[in-house]
Amino acid sequence: MSTITLEDIIKPENLVYKKTELLTDNVMSYCPGCGHGTAHRITMEVIEEFDLEEKTIGIAPVGCSVLAYEFMNIDMIQAAHGRAPAVATGIKRVYPNKIVFSYQGDGDLAAIGTAETIHACNRGERIVIIFINNGIYGMTGGQMAPTTLPGMISSTSPYGRVVESMGNPLKITELVAQLPGTYFVTRQAVHTPAAVRRTKRAIKKAFENQLTNKPGLSFVEIVSNCNSGWKMTPVDSNIWMEENMFPYYPLGDIKVDGELVKQK
Amino acid sequence: MGELRLMKGNEALAEAAIRAGVDAYFGYPITPQSEVIEYLMAEKPEERTGMVVLQAESELAAINMVYGAAGAGKKVMTSSSSPGVSLKQEGLSYIAGAELPCVYANVVRGGPGLGTIQPSQADYFQSVKGGGHGDYKQIVLAPASVQEMADFVKLGFELAFQYRIAVLILSDGVIGQMMEKVELFEQMPRMSDDEIAEKYPWAVTGKKKGAERTIITSLDLDSRKMEEHNHHLQRKYAEIIDKEVRYELIQCDDAEYIIVAYGSSARIAQKTIQLAREKGIKVGLLRLITLFPFPNVQIQELCKRGIKGWLAVEMSAGQMVEDVMLAVNGNGKVAHYGRYGGIVHTPEEVLQALEEKIIGE
Ligand SMILES: Cc1ncc(C[n+]2csc(CCOP(=O)(O)OP(=O)(O)O)c2C)c(N)n1
Ligand code: SF4
Repeated sequence: MSTITLEDIIKPENLVYKKTELLTDNVMSYCPGCGHGTAHRITMEVIEEFDLEEKTIGIAPVGCSVLAYEFMNIDMIQAAHGRAPAVATGIKRVYPNKIVFSYQGDGDLAAIGTAETIHACNRGERIVIIFINNGIYGMTGGQMAPTTLPGMISSTSPYGRVVESMGNPLKITELVAQLPGTYFVTRQAVHTPAAVRRTKRAIKKAFENQLTNKPGLSFVEIVSNCNSGWKMTPVDSNIWMEENMFPYYPLGDIKVDGELVKQK
Repeated sequence: MGELRLMKGNEALAEAAIRAGVDAYFGYPITPQSEVIEYLMAEKPEERTGMVVLQAESELAAINMVYGAAGAGKKVMTSSSSPGVSLKQEGLSYIAGAELPCVYANVVRGGPGLGTIQPSQADYFQSVKGGGHGDYKQIVLAPASVQEMADFVKLGFELAFQYRIAVLILSDGVIGQMMEKVELFEQMPRMSDDEIAEKYPWAVTGKKKGAERTIITSLDLDSRKMEEHNHHLQRKYAEIIDKEVRYELIQCDDAEYIIVAYGSSARIAQKTIQLAREKGIKVGLLRLITLFPFPNVQIQELCKRGIKGWLAVEMSAGQMVEDVMLAVNGNGKVAHYGRYGGIVHTPEEVLQALEEKIIGE
């Protein structure tokens, strides 16, 4: 009986899946189990599938994904905390034919950068915003975010978020959907294969909108886990996310082709 | 000879932006510089040259739009006045860290806080010492006429791209608002996207297949690399100090005393010199054109010629005077004079200060 070696298996005809060329080989700085890596991958896959590598400029935020430019193998600009939509505006206005997207966390997009987010949406900038909502400040060690759920524990709400004094979690995605400047607004997740497929379709639609110069901004929220910040195992964090985050941040399209989707 | 026009300083700056082939202007209204964006909007530069003009939601957003467009290799500009320029400091620090070229103007008004809409020169420290965080510098040009408001846009972009640095046109409410004759330079062409991609390999314009990607960032988590980057920046600033000092000496050949001033204070001091010389006082004017780099060497040369005293005249409580003191380094008497909080000193007041603070004792 002949033994099967690795060389026998690694053959082009056996290939069923391959990492996109648009992700570098750098070791990702994300915690094992974190949704950021998957979100990076499908974003880059979409850019590759549309063959947009040569005309795309990405904007990295301040947050765990500050180093997105180390992993995304395209031209990238790293923006100041919260300012990515303004940076994206600056680029898109001088290069209307290029594809511009920002990739931002919830602290970046919905706290310090709220004004930049709302005004880029309101002006209908023809860009894509990918928004990772993990309900916490991951990078700085798990402080309260604008999206932190009521009662949720973080290092700056150690007894749980008290809405009377700390405010309610901000549903910025529903908020920007109300603005005439947004063309496509959706909320997705990347914690299961089915969710990843749906999210990839949404990201595809977002980039397609920009590619075909649709009048307005495409906004893709991804509700994601921060197992480190939430102090849970990756598996537990995903269960917790389904049970707690999804009821408050329901998944699905909110606005499609410039029209609000009727909520059931 | 170029086209002659009677214009406000702010309008001349705006017209020069169009003529310099600027690709984009992002701004937010504030007195006394709102004419810049008003003029641009009225001129329809998108029809004249294809230039983009956008009113941003804040100065913070405007400077970050500049950061984006500059990072993509475009010629881009913003302007504001003191409170708005304070908001821009975050973006300017990032621009310095990422080494992006841009030109911006501060038409200074009196502070602190909301202050007054009247002219001032109290943003000197912020301008030359680095108003944002980190060890950085920017080139600071100080126009003293409407003509220079226009000319420094062109010069500013030359320097900005040569050194990949922010260039500040540090004006004030007098220069921004007053009307003078200005000779406008000819329309310059804007660069095509292909020219930019070719000429500026550091700019993000889209990664060619198989090529290395381009990254614009000011971050390095490896402190040794960050120190090296800082060394690189300091070498660049040293080169600028070496090569780019600009100033004007007026009636200094026989001078025993020198007034140091820039911008509208330099205009006022010119009258003071005339008044002083009528009284037989031999005084000259060192008009600073660049505030960074500062003419240290040139001041030391003048000290060797035996200048007895220096009067730093500025519409502030005394900021530039500190740099004059450092340059004079004890080799002569140095004093400060200036009205501030929105009050503009008169030539007579400056003369009196010269007699009392420098000559009298
Ligand atoms: C002006 C400024 N303020 C504060 C910080 C510190 N800081 C860095 S990342 C961050 C929060 C990031 O959280 P989020 O956007 O939710 O991204 P995540 O790390 O969770 O992916 C903060 C507060 C900073 N870098 N700059
Ligand atoms: S801290 Fe949280 S958001 Fe950041 S990489 Fe780790 S799990 Fe992901």
